[in-house]
Amino acid sequence: MTDSQPNRIAVASGKGGTGKTLVSTHLAHTLSQSKDCVLVDLDVEEPNAHLFYEQANPTFEMPVFKQIPDWQSNICTRCGQCAEICAYHAVVQLGEMIMVLDELCHSCYACSELCPVEALPMKNHEIGSLSSLQHENLTIFTGKLRLGEEQAVPLIKKSIALSNQEIKDQTYIIYDSPPGTSCPVVAAVGNANLVLLITEPTPFGLNDLKIAIETMRQMDKPLAVILNRDGIGNDEVEQYCDVNNIPLIAKIPYNEDIARNYAQGKLSNEVPQMADAMKAVEEYIQKIQFHHA
Amino acid sequence: MKIAFTSTGKDLEAQIDPRFGRTAFFVLLDTETTELEVIDNSAIQEEAHGAGTATAQLLFKLKPDVLITGNGPGETAAKVLKKSAIRIFVEAHQMSLRDALKHFENGDLREV
Amino acid sequence: MHEIVVLSGKGGTGKTSVSAAIATVASQEVVIADCDVDAANMHLLLHPENFKEQVFMSGKLAVVEDDLCIQCGKCVDICRFDAISQKPNTLNINSFDCEGCGYCTRICPTGAIKMKDRRSGLLFHAVTRLKQPMVHARLDAGADNSGKLVAKVKEDARMLAQNHQIPFILVDGAPGIGCPVASSLAGANIVLLVTEPTKSAIHDLKRLVVLIKRSRLKMMCLINKYDLDPELTMQLEDYLEKEQILIVGKLAFNHAVPRAMAAAKTIAEVSEAYRVRFENIWDKLKGVLTS
Repeated sequence: MTDSQPNRIAVASGKGGTGKTLVSTHLAHTLSQSKDCVLVDLDVEEPNAHLFYEQANPTFEMPVFKQIPDWQSNICTRCGQCAEICAYHAVVQLGEMIMVLDELCHSCYACSELCPVEALPMKNHEIGSLSSLQHENLTIFTGKLRLGEEQAVPLIKKSIALSNQEIKDQTYIIYDSPPGTSCPVVAAVGNANLVLLITEPTPFGLNDLKIAIETMRQMDKPLAVILNRDGIGNDEVEQYCDVNNIPLIAKIPYNEDIARNYAQGKLSNEVPQMADAMKAVEEYIQKIQFHHA
Repeated sequence: MKIAFTSTGKDLEAQIDPRFGRTAFFVLLDTETTELEVIDNSAIQEEAHGAGTATAQLLFKLKPDVLITGNGPGETAAKVLKKSAIRIFVEAHQMSLRDALKHFENGDLREV
Repeated sequence: MHEIVVLSGKGGTGKTSVSAAIATVASQEVVIADCDVDAANMHLLLHPENFKEQVFMSGKLAVVEDDLCIQCGKCVDICRFDAISQKPNTLNINSFDCEGCGYCTRICPTGAIKMKDRRSGLLFHAVTRLKQPMVHARLDAGADNSGKLVAKVKEDARMLAQNHQIPFILVDGAPGIGCPVASSLAGANIVLLVTEPTKSAIHDLKRLVVLIKRSRLKMMCLINKYDLDPELTMQLEDYLEKEQILIVGKLAFNHAVPRAMAAAKTIAEVSEAYRVRFENIWDKLKGVLTS
């Protein structure tokens, strides 16, 4: 581990509701006891990590923009190239008018830069916000998608970039990823150098874990598994990890105190089962070699 | 009056295609001459993104007075169509174009 | 034909378990559409036998022909997704990063880059162990869940419903509030919300309700694990009443449920009592749809 590079840990899962936010918030709390730590909530459609830090001090909130073309009717020659170029049909030609559908635009700049008369300069369009909280050694960034915006990826990428600017010399950065295995997840775990996959001991949990592992392997990401709600189902997840040599680094038992605290937006670091599990994760993180690109 | 139907087929006996953006065909009926024009939109199935706005752009060019369809255009397609004077009538699911026309003439279709 | 879409906003509230339980009691009155293509799980409980499998293509991917490439680097400069990198004598296009905009093909002076169709998953037509037609899909790792696959699953389910003259379609919707959810809602008649009394779930539910209200769809709600936190359950009930969303049922946390799941059974198959409760829920849904 080099001293200047923070360790970037993404917390992800194939399916929602397995305990990503539970692990992210508790791990952030645990690691921040000894080191400066950052938690970035990239579950931008449904950011929840901040609910556990209502006592923390808000430090800033800023709008996040993506770039979209801004039609200049006085310059435009109505040649229609832009509408033909746009792969997303975000630019359409309606008779004498060019219309830009901002929610469909991927900010590829093709229409803008290929327009023969430069009638489509790019402008800012607000897609959500990034806010920050400070609680002792822990900084929490929350990316939040504006309702009605359909694309999470631009906001995730911007949230990572903006939080990077704010990050100074913290040792650990934890990314609370969106659920699933499609492009928002790829964007969220993209610059992590360890991925923790959270699952539960049920057939759903195992099925989704397998898909998540496949995705992380294709992305060449080192990974480890944490089993949440241990005891409610069967031991297929453990067997699977065992047979396939996948590090299962901690088990969080199903526990009513943890469940109730979580429901109320409270941390359970005082609950012994949770404390033990987080200690195991911390030890694993300290032990492994992080590879920095 | 020129009426556009989202259609699964090429004549008035065909069923209404409930989808707007991904409709297979537009059938255009000129109510004065009773002439039919068929526009194949099936290539839109291949589009991953923006099928609604692409189809709305096509409909804009066809300049009908009325659109008769099923589910109704999605939010983005509706934004595009608002720029036109086309009146939109929906919920003609599971009707042939001919039946949908009858319902329209009797004022039984909902306008959005 | 009536379409019921089950949604939750937050994952893990029991959306799929509830959908599968309704499927059990609705029996052959429904076609099943699993639109949670990113984490499809209905098949684990309903054991469909696939009779048709189809590769699903969606979107485009830039591909380089090395013979034509003159290494000018223009494409590398213009790609806003940093998907193209120059390697000695070749270009590397990262398929995870390429968003298929096609700008590179237009700027390339030698026509060395082409846009190809991108495979994004598999789509299945099947019959469940309860002898219902079912359409389900599996998105490839890292593929773009644009909603197109969701739309295709629903479209095929409607076709099967029409062919077999089945009156209802039961849709296990996508989580979140993004594009796949919008696709799950298109053409629906009623939404069944599945939630639980946790701050996170309530927070997400409220965002989802705002979205659904825009399409003026009728909503009903099932509160799962209501005994987890009585105070939050009360808050939830107040909120639902204010929004005029009918509560069709409340389920307590029960260890028998995950155990049943482990044995590939739905909640409605845990006991006679559960079965009766889901029959009631199904009757309420049908009542609203056919009134």
